[in-house]
Amino acid sequence: MRKLLSAMTGLAGGALLSSQAFAQEIRNPAEEWEHLWNEVILDITVIGVIMSVAAIVMLIKYRATSPDQVGTAKKLTTVQSISFALIPASIFMADDFYLAANGWTVWNAYRRVPENAMEVKVTAYQWYFEFEYPDGTVADGSLGDDDKPQAIKIPAGQPVVFRMTSEDVIHSFGLPYYRVKEDVMPGRITYIWVNPDKEQTEAVLQCAEFCGNDHSQMANPIHAVPQAEFDAWLAAKADE
Amino acid sequence: MSTPTTTAGHAATPAWKEWLLTTDHKRIGVLYLVGSMAAFGVAGLMALIIRAEQMELGMQFVSSGTQYNGFLYFHGAAMILAFLIPGLTGFAANYFLPLMIGARDVAFPRINAFSVWLFYFAIVLALLSFVVPDAPDIMWTGYPPYSVTTSANTSMYVFTVHLLGFSSILGAVNFLVTVIYMRAPGMGWNQLNMFVWTTVAAFVLQLVFIPVLAAAVTLLLFDKYLGTHFYDPSAGGDVLLYQNLFWFYSHPAVYVIFLPAVGILYDVMATMAKNRIFNYKAAVYVGIWGTVGIAGIVWVHHLYISGMPDWIRLGHMVTTLLISVPVGILTLSLWGTLYKGAITYNTAMMYAASCLYLILLGGLTGIPLAIPSMTLHLSETSYVHAHFHFIMALFSAFALFAGIYYWFPKMTGRYADGPLATTSFWLNFIGVNVTFWPLFVIGKEGMPRRYWDYEMFKDVQVMGFYFEDFHKVATLGAFTIALGMVLQTINFIYAAFAGKPAPTNPWNSKSLEWTHTVSPPGPGNFGDTDVVVDENWSPYEYGK
Repeated sequence: MRKLLSAMTGLAGGALLSSQAFAQEIRNPAEEWEHLWNEVILDITVIGVIMSVAAIVMLIKYRATSPDQVGTAKKLTTVQSISFALIPASIFMADDFYLAANGWTVWNAYRRVPENAMEVKVTAYQWYFEFEYPDGTVADGSLGDDDKPQAIKIPAGQPVVFRMTSEDVIHSFGLPYYRVKEDVMPGRITYIWVNPDKEQTEAVLQCAEFCGNDHSQMANPIHAVPQAEFDAWLAAKADE
Repeated sequence: MSTPTTTAGHAATPAWKEWLLTTDHKRIGVLYLVGSMAAFGVAGLMALIIRAEQMELGMQFVSSGTQYNGFLYFHGAAMILAFLIPGLTGFAANYFLPLMIGARDVAFPRINAFSVWLFYFAIVLALLSFVVPDAPDIMWTGYPPYSVTTSANTSMYVFTVHLLGFSSILGAVNFLVTVIYMRAPGMGWNQLNMFVWTTVAAFVLQLVFIPVLAAAVTLLLFDKYLGTHFYDPSAGGDVLLYQNLFWFYSHPAVYVIFLPAVGILYDVMATMAKNRIFNYKAAVYVGIWGTVGIAGIVWVHHLYISGMPDWIRLGHMVTTLLISVPVGILTLSLWGTLYKGAITYNTAMMYAASCLYLILLGGLTGIPLAIPSMTLHLSETSYVHAHFHFIMALFSAFALFAGIYYWFPKMTGRYADGPLATTSFWLNFIGVNVTFWPLFVIGKEGMPRRYWDYEMFKDVQVMGFYFEDFHKVATLGAFTIALGMVLQTINFIYAAFAGKPAPTNPWNSKSLEWTHTVSPPGPGNFGDTDVVVDENWSPYEYGK
């Protein structure tokens, strides 16, 4: 199913390419996030293991054998002092710039919205999110008849950009499944986009900026469903 | 020496009056210690309630979200503003900085006394927030518009910040003047204890940045009670102005806590390893002052998900990652201080050794958070929560405890070491790991901060376990720490009155507070002779 969907996405992308000379490649920020995470974790694990081993070895090796014993470390010469500052500083900076460059690449994936993205306007209230789809249909994540937050739906295989603002206090539109969030504020419009390249019914939308009494309750499922199912859901919402 | 003090030795003054009216830096230090430990106790109790509430899905211990939020507010605000900052720059700096530089007191003893009483008024005001209706529920950050529109009493927060800020600015001026003008004759800048350097750096940060915080919260007060619109976009204000001002102070505030903790760690380690500081000048001028220099240009990493312009988020990614340069130099210098040392183990050194682990873990887990694209997901999750607890809260608290065990014989003439100390150390060390490691794991999978419930993640599994399982383990860890802290407090009180008597310089330190004073030091600190050091003197010269 996943393959089929990605093939369909590929076809859609191909169709777009033929119509536009310089159409963007549609990236998947969530996947790039995981990739970068693994890279950073490897980076910090290597540093952490080297430093831990060094500390443990020294803490054991240099135990005093008598109460009168003193340390025998020599005073560093000027050249040694400068070297022990410059060389590590260069190594740290090299690693910093390497990570910064990779972080920037992934950042671009998050911030460049594909041209074919469907735009959904989001307005946050204490304590729910309201969604306005391109056809003007409005849906919200408030409680349904079963007293549980209703699922918001988006079409799978179609990038979706959320343009967001708040009517009261600061909230944050958090989608852990898609590895992204951004604050939603009164007086400002912010955006995030997601690439739901496969169907899923696990993702949760949560408020991630403290907003008062029901902050922990400000959440609802956000499902990526086939286009037909999405159209039907939207039509039903329009009738409500 | 006829330095006027109102400390012990002057007969016929009742003890309570002596303590209440004291201008002696050591007594003021003890007052700070007692106040900050009391704040630590109450804020720690809040932490236990928070953890107990999160242990299971649904509401068990608190009666409403707002009440839970009130506990979160108090825990954060009190731990940072009333425990860590006053514990490190109040207690440790007051008691030991003048001794370390050979001064008989601080430059302005009466202002010093005023500072500590402002701190106590702030604590009283913070505690009053439990008895007023509508206790503050705005987190220690107090972001508007919520802090303006909430029915809760935001003014309690603002006035507490004002009092503490006033107290800290006075302290900063006092200690900077003391270090600049009152060092023992002969004591050059490159002969200072690392703790003195880090404290000077912390006070420079306080002096420069506190006014910004004071301005930010004052505008908040005006917005809420006087009807101004600084942070209200509907009338031309801007909600992000507050966050920028707040973090422009509050990121440097992290170093106000972190640096003196590093300073204590250096002094404990150098003494216990009988070793010189590795690459002292690089540690001071690149490590400490590099951190100070960079402190004011990284605050946007607290606003990575706040819709700031892309260019400033990427710019602050670079500056934030570059914090690794000064902090890395400090870390190497700490490690190098062990090299070829002669390490004696006691409770202070065990806390110091565990600090090496905490600085490494807390520092390295900050690297993903320096990168905005990573933070788009990690921000506001329990990953962040675990990270800053390790680097700021736990590292600094453990360094402070290392300092208390280290200086206990100086303050009381008695050791605080013993089976109770060792047991409480292990409970605390194991407890913090059991508490915060699970939060890293579920944080990476999206567990949000500041939630009393996580119903929507009910079915999410990590490594075959539900979020709830991780929260149960974390809660177990929190209660382990609580047990450790209770035992430790009992130990401190017991040892202060009935501990094993210690000689004047039990660790054979070369630092002035050990070599030139009795335990505890009397009024005027150094008896009848002023301290004079020669140009070859160093608090870390054990080879001779």
